[in-house]
Amino acid sequence: MCAIRTMIKISIKNYSLSFKNIQALKNINLDINTNEILGIIGPAKSGKSSLLRAINRLCELDNAIKDGDILLDDTSIYSLSVNELRRRIGLIFAMPIVLPGSVYKNITYGSKLQRKFKKNELDELVYFALNAANLWDEVKDRLRDSASLLSGGQQQRLCIARTLALKPEVIMMDEPCSGLDPISTAKIEQTMLSLKDRYTFILVTNNTKQAARVSTRVAFFLSGELIEFDKTEKIFTSPADKRTNDYISGRFG
Amino acid sequence: MTFRIDPRTSQIIAYTILLTLTLITVSILIFIIAFVFKNGLGELNLEFLTQKTKEMGKEGGILPSIIGTFLVTLLSIVIATPLGVGSAIYLTEYTKGGLIRRLISFGADCLAGVPSIIFGLFGFIFFVIKLNLGWGIIAGGLTLSVMILPTIIRTSEEAIKAVPIAYREISYSLGGGKLDTIQKVVLPTALPGIITGVILGIGRAVGETAAVIFTAGSSLSMPTSIFSSTRTLAVHFYILAREGISMNKAYGTAAVLIILILLINFIAYRLMHRFIARYY
Amino acid sequence: MKDKIAERLLLIIAFSAILALLLITFFIFEQGVPLIFKAGFQDFFSTNWRPMQGGFGILSMIVGSLMVTAGALIFGIPFGLACAIFLAEFSPKSVQKTLKPIIELLAGIPSVVYGFIGIVILVPFIREIFGGAGFSVLAASIILGIMILPTIVSISYDSLIAVPTTYREGSLALGATKWQTIVMALIPAARSGIIAGIILGMGRAIGETMAVIMIAGNALKIPHSILDPVRTITSTIALELGYSAGDHRAALFACGSFLFIIIIILNIIAIRITKRE
Repeated sequence: MCAIRTMIKISIKNYSLSFKNIQALKNINLDINTNEILGIIGPAKSGKSSLLRAINRLCELDNAIKDGDILLDDTSIYSLSVNELRRRIGLIFAMPIVLPGSVYKNITYGSKLQRKFKKNELDELVYFALNAANLWDEVKDRLRDSASLLSGGQQQRLCIARTLALKPEVIMMDEPCSGLDPISTAKIEQTMLSLKDRYTFILVTNNTKQAARVSTRVAFFLSGELIEFDKTEKIFTSPADKRTNDYISGRFG
Repeated sequence: MTFRIDPRTSQIIAYTILLTLTLITVSILIFIIAFVFKNGLGELNLEFLTQKTKEMGKEGGILPSIIGTFLVTLLSIVIATPLGVGSAIYLTEYTKGGLIRRLISFGADCLAGVPSIIFGLFGFIFFVIKLNLGWGIIAGGLTLSVMILPTIIRTSEEAIKAVPIAYREISYSLGGGKLDTIQKVVLPTALPGIITGVILGIGRAVGETAAVIFTAGSSLSMPTSIFSSTRTLAVHFYILAREGISMNKAYGTAAVLIILILLINFIAYRLMHRFIARYY
Repeated sequence: MKDKIAERLLLIIAFSAILALLLITFFIFEQGVPLIFKAGFQDFFSTNWRPMQGGFGILSMIVGSLMVTAGALIFGIPFGLACAIFLAEFSPKSVQKTLKPIIELLAGIPSVVYGFIGIVILVPFIREIFGGAGFSVLAASIILGIMILPTIVSISYDSLIAVPTTYREGSLALGATKWQTIVMALIPAARSGIIAGIILGMGRAIGETMAVIMIAGNALKIPHSILDPVRTITSTIALELGYSAGDHRAALFACGSFLFIIIIILNIIAIRITKRE
């Protein structure tokens, strides 16, 4: 049996973030391995979403001030072009928001920004993305219909497909199932697990059971600080920090 | 506290007064339209709309004025729309409340309040005389474009602001740059609102007289170039009415004007509704 | 990078409104202000308007504009506020949705049509009932009042709607009737918006030209009663620009300069009032 070397995909080093004098993240140190699903849990305002927006530099839209660095494959994200960074690290928002237009247009939007595609290349891309997102069978006859006609769960998977079409390396999800019913939630979790070997996932969730179901490792955040970070099993059976324990057992949240 | 009149009673009195005044207001509008139509619709026939004007307006049709109005309005829209939409884009997407934003907003707001006679004076001295464009469609169109610019800026700004921030964030997250996002997501989404603004601008331009009479001229011949002097519908109507040339033709012209205005407002209103229904 | 080019280009475009305003200010003043100094303030503010003989006094016109504007406000404010209050507080959403655009349609009717209606209906009516020529301050005030109505209605309505529901609920919970709530809580709360609307309406009335020319009589004397004919600053400009030359024309631009300053001041006041919220 050969040992699988874990490679670090994203390395967060001494990273702090603040907006308008509120500190959202305080001195975070965290390494994310390739092909793992990292679950990030914690109560509201703990900095979970800010972390995701820091990694793809979306926080710059809110005039955030940062300190420290974040590395993607050993290169600082600040030395990459921001557009390229965002293609390599995709972000799925909590509310499934589809862009106006057809299913087909939604999927190809990001890719068409990069270069000119031939028609059959686009078709293949759409098939690939929808298939990977487990949505192909449900929409294959409705590709030209407006994306807003899909159900909530389908729209969220469409958002995933839209991101997959860019062939990212990392996929970040910010509470992706918060507005969805259990069946849609299950489908999305299934998708994550099926894609795990090809991508790295960062999943922010306020549903600890979901984190327990799908994550490889779990990080617990509280008020902008990283409190504890370990394998899923360890966090949920014997967490080292009392605060982690309290949160997981529901004493606060 | 004691009231001389019982509050319930005073409310009934107030309600009655308010209702009456409102009804009077609405009746005035209906009356104006009905009156013009009653006397003017009879004049509207194919001849009136397609023939050239004869005898200083006493005979013939209003074709030159229709064409003149169309050309002047078209020119004003062609100039004002890119400037207006561009300003609106800059205001919403590139500024955040600093000096530049307040300056541009102030300019647009003030411009909106300038009376048409001042535009007439300005257009006359600047376009007709100083730039030596003479009395014609181009001077008229340029003057009107300045007049409707604030309308287009305002409505476009509202339309662009209404596009949800999430749309922009999604575009950025997919690797789009600012220009891409504006071109491919924000503008297409805001388009109905922007078009409504343009249509309202058309409405203002069509009814305008003081700004046009001193810049586009008042010739009754068919326009042959953008330097041709022309008499727009509103100006023609004014001259007919004031000089007492022909009451019938005046009513007819007024009817055409009112129909145009009603049409324009109706279309704009419908568009606004579809736009609002989509996002609220 | 194309993003940077786009930003620069849009910045330049965005200044077109300010540029236009500056151009207008410059050229109107360039033509008119030298004449004011040439004539001297004493002459300029006298009633001696004989531009072809060196008399450039605009006082009668200033008074004319003021009277007609005041008259417009007397007619326009009650009706305008009434409609706004009725729409905002006493009608169901469905009625609001139909009535508001109808009232706004009043704003779209060209001023020449208003003037025409004035000539054909209002002026003879006044002549019959009250005597005089019919072309009068009264006629102009009524028509102008109707014309500025939509402005007052729109802005007042928006201000009333913007008052938070908590004001209404709080007042009603104390036992006040709807009308009492409106008078004692809502109107004071919406006060700045309503005043701004009135000021903008005032600006419209002062700047109105075509309708006034058609029904105000245009006599160059300060009116002694509302049945007397009157001439406003705007009418003078529009009536005489066509055949003016030299100093006469400059005098008309001087009128324009004066009018322009008044309007800009009114606009600034209105903007200040609304921004203060």
